[in-house]
Amino acid sequence: MKILVCISHVPDTTTKIKLTSDNQDLDKQGVQFVIGPYDDYALARAVELKEANGAEVVALNVGTQETEPTIRKALAIGADKAVRINAEPKDTQFVAKQIFEHAKDAGYDLVLMGRETSDYNSGAVHGMVAEMMGIPCVTPVMRLEIEGDTVKMDKEIEGGKEKVEAKMPLVAGCQEPIAEWKIPNMRGIMSARTKPLEVIEAVGDGETIESLGYEMPKAKGECKMIDKDNVEELVNLLKNEAKVI
Amino acid sequence: MSVLVYVESEEGKIKKSSREAVSFAKALADKFNDSVTAVVLGTVDAAELSGLGKNGAGKVLHDSESEFDKGRISPVASALAKASEQESANIVVLPKSSLSDAAAAKLSVKISAALGTNLVELPDTSDGFKIKRSIFTGKAFKFEKLLTDKKVLTLKKGAAEIMESGSEAKVESFSSGISDSDKDITILETEKAEGDILLPEAELVVSGGRGMKGPENWGMLEELAKTLGAATGCSKPVSDMEWRPHHEHVGQTGVKVSPDLYIAVGISGAIQHLAGVNSSKNIVVINKDSEAPFFKAADYGIVGDAFEVIPKLTEAIKAAK
Ligand SMILES: Cc1cc2nc3c(=O)[nH]c(=O)nc-3n(C[C@H](O)[C@H](O)[C@H](O)COP(=O)(O)OP(=O)(O)OC[C@H]3O[C@@H](n4cnc5c(N)ncnc54)[C@H](O)[C@@H]3O)c2cc1C
Ligand SMILES: Nc1ncnc2c1ncn2[C@@H]1O[C@H](COP(=O)(O)O)[C@@H](O)[C@H]1O
Repeated sequence: MKILVCISHVPDTTTKIKLTSDNQDLDKQGVQFVIGPYDDYALARAVELKEANGAEVVALNVGTQETEPTIRKALAIGADKAVRINAEPKDTQFVAKQIFEHAKDAGYDLVLMGRETSDYNSGAVHGMVAEMMGIPCVTPVMRLEIEGDTVKMDKEIEGGKEKVEAKMPLVAGCQEPIAEWKIPNMRGIMSARTKPLEVIEAVGDGETIESLGYEMPKAKGECKMIDKDNVEELVNLLKNEAKVI
Repeated sequence: MSVLVYVESEEGKIKKSSREAVSFAKALADKFNDSVTAVVLGTVDAAELSGLGKNGAGKVLHDSESEFDKGRISPVASALAKASEQESANIVVLPKSSLSDAAAAKLSVKISAALGTNLVELPDTSDGFKIKRSIFTGKAFKFEKLLTDKKVLTLKKGAAEIMESGSEAKVESFSSGISDSDKDITILETEKAEGDILLPEAELVVSGGRGMKGPENWGMLEELAKTLGAATGCSKPVSDMEWRPHHEHVGQTGVKVSPDLYIAVGISGAIQHLAGVNSSKNIVVINKDSEAPFFKAADYGIVGDAFEVIPKLTEAIKAAK
């Protein structure tokens, strides 16, 4: 079995977002980059499937050279090899197209992604890749088991979940609790250095989106503190000031 | 020409986020002197359909095929592609939901449209098509220009005010003809909390964290939620420990809520939790630790023991009603 895991390279979830002085970009100074948290679940599940049934796990990232430490981490966690498509991941369509070009003839049984990236939150690349490949897309997936050529999944819906199944190949957008995040061990880190990391040039494609810059939300006002023995005051404020109850 | 808008329903009723999407589409269509066509798929109460006119729809296309009730992504994307062609619509608007996000993605490929996600306000069309979208779960915004003729847009909750002043919409039946290839997944079983207020849609949310000590103490939060007509949420450790179901977990890796009021009880306010709540209009934090980081993100705070404060608060709300 062959599994492709698509990983994004995003600021650590504890990052305080800052912009450059001209508001044209995110200020990356001092920012720690990691595998997207949802993608990390996808990767962990792929490695579990490999450990249980045997599989080849390929980690793919569309990114410039600065993403290589993140890709090496995926190798340390247990991917067998990695592919970096050398381009700035400008928009979802562009990223999806790159993944499609790599995956279309590569014979993957499963393409695992995160439910969404933690930076741009589009939740779209999996749907796009599935559409381009003409295979099913299931998202967000909380459980994924393989039985023969069928994949059995729990998919979250608003207010509950659904048990679904589909034939391979398919694309899944993963979220917890599909697997436990894996932390690379020493052996993994050592072996990651020598695992293959192939760099492929991007396939040029007309841009559909132009970035015009960023903006921060308005700062929150002070928090009004209310005495614990005067909850009526809170009710009064919610009613007459915030006008929400 | 028209602006197409996808409308979702829940137990036969149109979802509020969809009404918002219809009104958003109407405000957008007005800029081009276009009209709005709403697409409704699956089983919906008949009165709900023409009622979409009030929210801004000129016409409603309804495909009553019950296959759509199964929540598959592919048939929705195909139906919207077909409707957009039939109506020669260059813009398709979708409300935010996990199904419509993926359907929007597929649709954008099908009709070769640029995809703009999580829009927080109406696009600026004075020079091209400029959108403002929420990124980092509301911690920042990005401005983008969509360069293609066709556009698929998904909305963040609150992107438009719901208008109620429109007249009845014309309802037409529509047959998108679901193909076998669109029945690409089999749905075996659906588990759903009946009659509950859906968390992503909720105007009021009462959420509990590890400070609640155990699932046996959730009764008081449910009582508060019931008194307010609020949905209940929780922090990630709470769903990890299975005190509460996973779909109630709010934050970076869970549901992103944007209610008018979020009441956080016994939640410390870790940055990953805040990622799910920072589009809330008002936040109340109740925590026994005055140093809890959540107070920095709150509008109103009470330092105190949840087990004392919550029952009192519930009583005070009942008294004020
Ligand atoms: C990549 C990543 C993603 C994550 N995603 C999420 C996410 O989506 N959502 C999420 O919630 N977390 C997420 N987390 C976890 C997050 O970092 C915190 O660990 C978590 O939010 C803490 O939950 P909590 O506030 O309930 O518990 P705690 O941090 O233990 O806080 C409990 C609070 O309760 C208070 N308290 C205790 N007793 C009482 C009492 N009797 N009355 C009143 N207050 C009391 C305490 O003072 C404390 O502030 C994520 C972490 C990582 C690394
Ligand atoms: N630059 C990238 N390289 C590889 N995979 C990506 C990239 N960006 C997004 N993905 C994958 O697509 C999923 C959905 O991303 P998005 O649609 O951008 O929210 C992510 O969780 C990743 O699995």
